[in-house]
This record gives sequence, C-alpha cells and structure tokens, in this order.
Amino acid sequence: MRDPIGTIRSGATALGLRRAAEDNGDLPADGLLIVDVSGISGRVSAWDAVKLARDLKRPHALDLIERVFDRFQELHGDRSFRDDPAVVGGIAHLDGHPVVVVGQQKGGSTEENIQRNFGMPHPEGYRKAIRLYRLAERFHLPLVTLIDTPGAYPGPEAEERGQAEAIAKSIETLTRLRTPVVAVVLGEGGSGGALALGVADVVLALENAIYSVISPEGCAAILWRSGTEAERAAKALKLAGPDLLALGIVDGLVPEPRGGAQNDHDATARSVKAAVVAQLDRLSPVPVTELLAGRYERFRRIGVFVEPETAPAAPRRTWWKRVLGR
Amino acid sequence: MPFGRRKELPSHLWTQCPDCGEMLFNKQLARNMNVCPKCEHHFKIGARERIEMLVDKGSFEERDPLLAPGDPLGFTDTKGYPQRIEAARAKSGEQEAVITGSARIGGTPVELGVMDFEFIGGSMGSVVGEKLVRAAERALAERNPLVIVSASGGARMQEGTLALMQMAKVVAATARLGDAGIPYVSVLTDPTTGGVLASYGSLGDLVLAEPKALIGFSGARVTDQTIGERLPAGFQRAEFVRDHGFVDQVVPRSQLRDRIAFFVSALRPTAGEVRWSL
Ligand SMILES: [Zn+2]
Repeated sequence: MRDPIGTIRSGATALGLRRAAEDNGDLPADGLLIVDVSGISGRVSAWDAVKLARDLKRPHALDLIERVFDRFQELHGDRSFRDDPAVVGGIAHLDGHPVVVVGQQKGGSTEENIQRNFGMPHPEGYRKAIRLYRLAERFHLPLVTLIDTPGAYPGPEAEERGQAEAIAKSIETLTRLRTPVVAVVLGEGGSGGALALGVADVVLALENAIYSVISPEGCAAILWRSGTEAERAAKALKLAGPDLLALGIVDGLVPEPRGGAQNDHDATARSVKAAVVAQLDRLSPVPVTELLAGRYERFRRIGVFVEPETAPAAPRRTWWKRVLGR
Repeated sequence: MPFGRRKELPSHLWTQCPDCGEMLFNKQLARNMNVCPKCEHHFKIGARERIEMLVDKGSFEERDPLLAPGDPLGFTDTKGYPQRIEAARAKSGEQEAVITGSARIGGTPVELGVMDFEFIGGSMGSVVGEKLVRAAERALAERNPLVIVSASGGARMQEGTLALMQMAKVVAATARLGDAGIPYVSVLTDPTTGGVLASYGSLGDLVLAEPKALIGFSGARVTDQTIGERLPAGFQRAEFVRDHGFVDQVVPRSQLRDRIAFFVSALRPTAGEVRWSL
C-alpha cells in the first residue's frame, strides 16, 4: 500500500520546500510554505474551513491579482461563444516577469455574485482558460492559475455546450502544457470544475482553502440522504488544507494572516506572491521535457491501493451464458 | 434485472422491458445482447458481458485483476468504506469498478478497459485510476490502440479528493497516446456522468455512445432540481449529446464490435509516415 504521508514527505523534499513558522500570525516573507502537517498549530474544524473558504469577504481572484501582480491586462472571451465572467485571465507582471494568470472569480457581494454566476464557470469559461494556457505556452510565459469555485455550472445550457468536454479538455491541455504551471487554491476547490485549473507542476492551497470531490451538502444528500449532515460529510471528506497536504493533493499550504485571509487582503497577497515567485524561480530553469515528466509523475503517484499477490479467482460467468446454459 | 448477478429464480424466466412494457423471455434477451427486440431498449450489462461481446473469442487477457482499494480517509457514512467494497463485490461478482486487459478486436490488438456500473455505481477511485493508467501505459509501450468503455456515476466520494485526482491521472496518460499517434476510442454507455465524462470519457479521438445512454456532466437529478420541467426532450441522452457535437456516433449494441474493429484498424498507429495501404 502506498503511504500518502510518505509520498508528500518525499515530494516536499524534492520541491526543496521548508516548513513555515509555527505561528501563522507572523507571515514569512520569503515564500515559505507549510509542508508538514505537524507544523500546523490549532487547526480549525473541517466545517469552519468550509465556512472560511466560502467567506464573502475572503480575497477573490481579482483582489489578489491586483495585489500580487503588476500591470494586469485582462483578456476576454473564448473566441467562439462569449466571455464568461466567472473566469478571469490575462497577461501581467509578477515580480518583474511577464506571466499569464487565469482564475475563477467569485463575487464579494450578492449582486457581484449574480454577475459572476457565483464563480461557477460555463463551458466557454473553460475554453477561455484553455485559450490563455495556449497563449502562455506559445510565448513561453509561466502560467499561474487561481482556483475558487463551488463547481462548474450544472445548468442545461452548460450541458448543451459540453461542460464535461470543456473541463476534460482543460485538464488535458494542462497535463501537456509546455511551460511551468503553478496552481493556487484560494478558497473553494469544487470538484472537476476546480481541477480544470488544477493540473500544475506545483499545487498550493491557502491554509484555510478546501478542495473536494463533491460539496459537503451534495455528499450528505447522497450518502446520508439529508442535507443537514453536511458538517459530518465535510469531516469525512478530508477536504481541509492539512488533510490535502497529508494526502499529497497539494504540495504546500500558503500561510494566511491571523484569523483568516478575509481579515487582511494585503497580507494574504504578500504571502501568495512570495510563494508563487519562489516556485517559479525554482521551476523556470527546468527543461520542458523534465517539467512534463515531473508533472506526469506528480499526478501518476496519487492514489491509495493494495496489490495482493494471490492468484485471481476464475472470472464470473456471464449472464447470457448462464441463461442460455452455455 | 436481467443484468443482475443474483441467482436466477424460476420467476426470472421473464423480464419486463422498462421502455415498451413488453414481457421478454430471458433467453430471447440473452440472444439479443440484452437489447429489447421490440423497442431496441438497451439494458445495462456488466463489464464481463461487455468484454465477451466486444473481443475476439478467447483473446482477452485480464491485467491487474486483484488491485484493491485502501481506505485512505477512514470513510464512514451509514456503512464503512471497506464494508461497502465487500458488499459491492458480493453484488457484482467483480473486484472493482473497472476490468482491464489486453485483447484483439477484429484481429487488431488493443488495450481494453471496461467499467461496471454494478460496482458502487461504476465510481472511479484510486483502483479505477491506476488500472486505466496502466492500460494506457501498456498501449503506449506496445503501440496498441486503447479502448475504454465507460459506465459510471463519476468519482467515488469515499476516496475524497484522491478520487477527484484520478481524473487528472488518467487524462495525463491518455494525452500521451495522442502525442504518440496512438488511437484512443471512448465508448459511453448508460450512464456516464460526472468526473468520468469530464475527463477521459470525453477525450477519445473518437467518442461513441450506445442508444439513449444517459450522458451528462451533472447527474440528471441535480439538473432536474435546478430547473425542473424546463429540460428539453431527450436531455442528456446519447442522441442529444451527439446532436450538440460531443459524440461522434450513436452505435447500436449489435454493431458496436464491428464498428470499433473498423476504427481501430483504420486508425492504426504509424511512425509518422502517411498511410496509403491497408
Ligand atoms: Zn422494449
């Protein structure tokens, strides 16, 4: 059986990351990340993490883009259908270097959330993202993705326009993109709609971000047949930062200011900037074939299974052979 | 449930078609690959049945048959995850939600992965991801086409974010085939939804589907709750998805084997030169 803790420990060593200061109140300025679960003192409950990750006052993609990057020029549209306001992206400078940045955009108010569709992209949002990934690749610019979505929009128009295909293609494009990619989960990493921006050489998450296969509410509705069991589902899903780190889903946690990112957007931005710059400093000299091999291996090793040595039993006889007595 | 693996009782001599209501002899159904002879309703079938129906007789060699899930999250809902796995094994007669192996289809050697909906809704966890990646890596090494037949509700909740990551893991492997000029044929059967459709299910060089199969990103339940009666006719059915441009062909079960055989022979991997011969 693969040991997920062992996996991330070796991963962390390979990344050359160091453990952050124990007291998250004093944010390290040198891009230090939390890479060891034991380095986290007084972690919040899974449900509190869910609430923090969804806090309306939490810095969203554009709040951070404006503070982390310089000269951000937003680029619109997927060149085929329309511009999706739930996905933002463009060219900017990061620490003096041109980069492409793509993020999911939630609103800071109900009104803004309606305009941004609560950060739930339509297929054209993912197709805009793909177009920007390709732009980064063509001009050898590093790509930074910012993840913050409850999930891809589940409505009928999204289905008609190929929501599943758009997400699949976005994932596929990133697996082979010939330029360094750093992904940061800012708040909510909601299922496949989040993963569409999450295939990267390094995947980071803000300390109180969550990343999950399904929303706790959705999970509770299916497994407990009750939406009120969401708190229990959140705990069971192991969706909070320290769990993600232990499972090897993320490579490091970006420290948040005391009490959470919502309390200080500037400090959060400094923390994110230091972390992303440190990773791109490390990734940018790596030859692209090595980069792609490393990215493949990063995802290839995720999973927990056992491989017994015993001989397999004879396969089950098929239904029609039994019915027809063959 | 003609596709069930429970011991047949005498009353199971007959099955009622859920579409046209016709009472069908099980023998009649079995001879027709579990398709209603009156209305063409395609009953769900298990992965073993699917393999038997698709591959050249005796050519299937199963790989990694015993690969089994751990319980990385210690997940318990109304039942513990290990108990759920045991129950799924008893119900389906299979070890996991995908069977993989090497076979020939119409004489062409292929790597094959077939999902089984009876095993926790064909859900994708670490084992499904690992077995499919190994199949794709064999296809790359042997330069054989890859065929994956999906039947899945999506990622397996009991493995949390690890299950979600299997989408990226499998896609990374199938993407390498594309770069190497090795064909990948994706076949979508009833139902294929969620994380499987939003990853390798949608990414075949060719995407085929069985008639009327439910194919969608969000489970119909979710979409139904969101907008109720406004759903267009045939919403999320194979023909609807084809008409919107995301499936190449809807292929009746009786023709599926020959169709795949044609495609994998026409799309044989080459070393880069133009093929102008059989
Ligand atoms: Zn019928």
